Amino acid sequence: MSAIVTAASGSQWLWYVSRGSGLILLALFSVVVVLGVATRTGSAPRTWHHFTVAELHRTLSLFAVALLTLHVVTAIADPYVSIGWWATIIPFVSHYKAAALGLGTLAVDFGAAVILTSLFRHRLGFKAWRAVHWLAYLAWPVAFVHSLRAGNDLGITWVYGVEWGSAALVATAVVARVLHAARPAVSGGRRDPLSAAIPVRARIGPR
Amino acid sequence: MTGLQSLDRDNFAVVSQPAAPAGLPRLLGGLLAGPTALSEHIVRYGRLPSLGSDRSPSLELIELVDRSGLRGRGGASFPTALKLAAVAGQRGRAIVVGNGTEGEPASSKDKVLLARCPHLVLDGAVVSARAVGAAEAIVVCHPAVRELVDLAIRERRKTEIDSVRLRAVNAAERFVAGEASAVIHWLEGGIPTPTRTPPRLAERGLHGRPTLVQNVETLAHLALIARYGASWYREVGTDAEPGSMLVTLLGAVHRPGVYEVAIGTRVSDVLGEGGGAVGKPQALLLGGYFGSWASYDEAVERSFSHAGLAQLGAGPGAGLLAVLPSDACGLVETARVARYLASESAGQCGPCVFGLPALAGELECLASGKAFDRARLERWLGQVDGRGACRHPDGVVRMVRSALVVFGAELERHGRGRCCAPGTTEILPVPGDVR
Amino acid sequence: MRTHSRIRVDPIACDGRGLCAELLPELISLDDWGYPIIRDVDVPPELVREALEVVRVCPKLALRLEAIRQS
Repeated sequence: MSAIVTAASGSQWLWYVSRGSGLILLALFSVVVVLGVATRTGSAPRTWHHFTVAELHRTLSLFAVALLTLHVVTAIADPYVSIGWWATIIPFVSHYKAAALGLGTLAVDFGAAVILTSLFRHRLGFKAWRAVHWLAYLAWPVAFVHSLRAGNDLGITWVYGVEWGSAALVATAVVARVLHAARPAVSGGRRDPLSAAIPVRARIGPR
Repeated sequence: MTGLQSLDRDNFAVVSQPAAPAGLPRLLGGLLAGPTALSEHIVRYGRLPSLGSDRSPSLELIELVDRSGLRGRGGASFPTALKLAAVAGQRGRAIVVGNGTEGEPASSKDKVLLARCPHLVLDGAVVSARAVGAAEAIVVCHPAVRELVDLAIRERRKTEIDSVRLRAVNAAERFVAGEASAVIHWLEGGIPTPTRTPPRLAERGLHGRPTLVQNVETLAHLALIARYGASWYREVGTDAEPGSMLVTLLGAVHRPGVYEVAIGTRVSDVLGEGGGAVGKPQALLLGGYFGSWASYDEAVERSFSHAGLAQLGAGPGAGLLAVLPSDACGLVETARVARYLASESAGQCGPCVFGLPALAGELECLASGKAFDRARLERWLGQVDGRGACRHPDGVVRMVRSALVVFGAELERHGRGRCCAPGTTEILPVPGDVR
Repeated sequence: MRTHSRIRVDPIACDGRGLCAELLPELISLDDWGYPIIRDVDVPPELVREALEVVRVCPKLALRLEAIRQS
């Protein structure tokens, strides 16, 4: 009993850092998603350059990786809850809150795939890189549910604000992305390659 | 493969063959308009000499083609021997593709050739396969002539005269579908769009194999060179551009159609094959829709060859000669063709997708006498030229630039809201837009 | 033998996003529709860093540096 009390009071900061960094990460990744969509759709504030948006997307996501490492390490190092190091990469094997933390692990797995393929995208080629990058749209909601279930702080107003503010940001970005994909072809020109299904036209020519 | 050396003798001229055709016609030799059966084909031309069934490339054949000076008939006029050598020098199982797509709506020579002499084309496919060491040849042809080609292939299979596997495939009916990489893309994935150039088709083409893509008319000439030799081939035509070629005459000629002429024949004589021009024409569109306009007076006494037409900024291209009568408007025709070519873009490259419709729009303003921005047109021509993955935008720019020169006087008139053409005659065929 | 390099664009991959022209206006300008017009010249030594950056940054991976060897 005394051991637990000693451990609990001494390791408070690990727990706070983990939970705090988690919230920051949620907000950060939400901004990364917004910037990613902005990069893809070519939208940016008037005075920004396109490369600014693209590079910010990249820089922030790499910074988020660093913060994510802190978030994961402090959570596992914290002796108050038993998670286990395997839980960093294998989902749902944590002793403490297996489901909630497992979602976090899953998000990290997806995110790692996205980040690694992005770092090596010139070697992978565009098609392979893009196929994996779609996982980002899966990683975010998984991380979001993790953030709702893994911590105990939803009662606090500003935490509530960060959670749902982030959700609103990402939802807007997703809607923008969908609208961009659904836009009609510009100026009557096709942007998709000729498909063999286009009806055959009569040939006119002398014989 | 380094340096091709010439041999003293043509190894493939066989004494017991029927006599080689003297003069013309060579390709279009059938008496009737129908397809030539295998038996008739052999009576007229004799059998293909035995080429053996060795799977390695034949240096002798390539050297023979080199001595003949044969150049491709698809529009680019690339020396055929160089193409054969490029494919023969690769490792891997080569394959031959005979390109009869003929995406150009005004041109009919490939369809007519396949309909009348499929066996010549198939012989040529066999010869080129033997030259590059391929065991397989695919002939891509217009659906209208597919049955005739299939029939010819079946006839040959029954008599087992070929050591090369032959088959026919329907071509896609789009303008850019005739481009070599587009044909390969069509065969592989059903999408007739040009692909990025590295790797070259000779190295990695159909299914990654070294691929020889040759226009079907080129194959037909190959079939005759293999029989009668290089010196025979050079008996007609010019020294620099030997041989005969198929031309498509249309517009203001008495008998539009496909004819065979010696390369270097005077333009007036080429038109004479079709009964001559009707009235006094204004201009000619030479080569194809990717070719150039030339004023009739300037072009009519020139030889129909690269050398003869170069000074006019034109070339024989794919053998099209479209004659514009004096009562038609060259600017209207140019605008119609430009709009058609814009809609035929593969849709892969920005400058083509956006630039061609922009050009067409500006030309339509010009053609209808509305205000048009000459400076902007010139700027767009410069921005579109050479900026696609294929030569489609380049061809449009060439055609339009030649129109601005040749129809310069008409341009002035249109600027004042007038036009020389009394009627709305449309000469150049532009397939209607079903989309 | 000296090795020079030129910037080449794959016109099929290019989507006209314009990042390249922002980063290297000395060599890359945009046409009327937002697609890059790349000067067909050797990349001068003082711009090599920017050229590599431009190749890295292109969202469609449409740019490459082509080595042109001259003896």
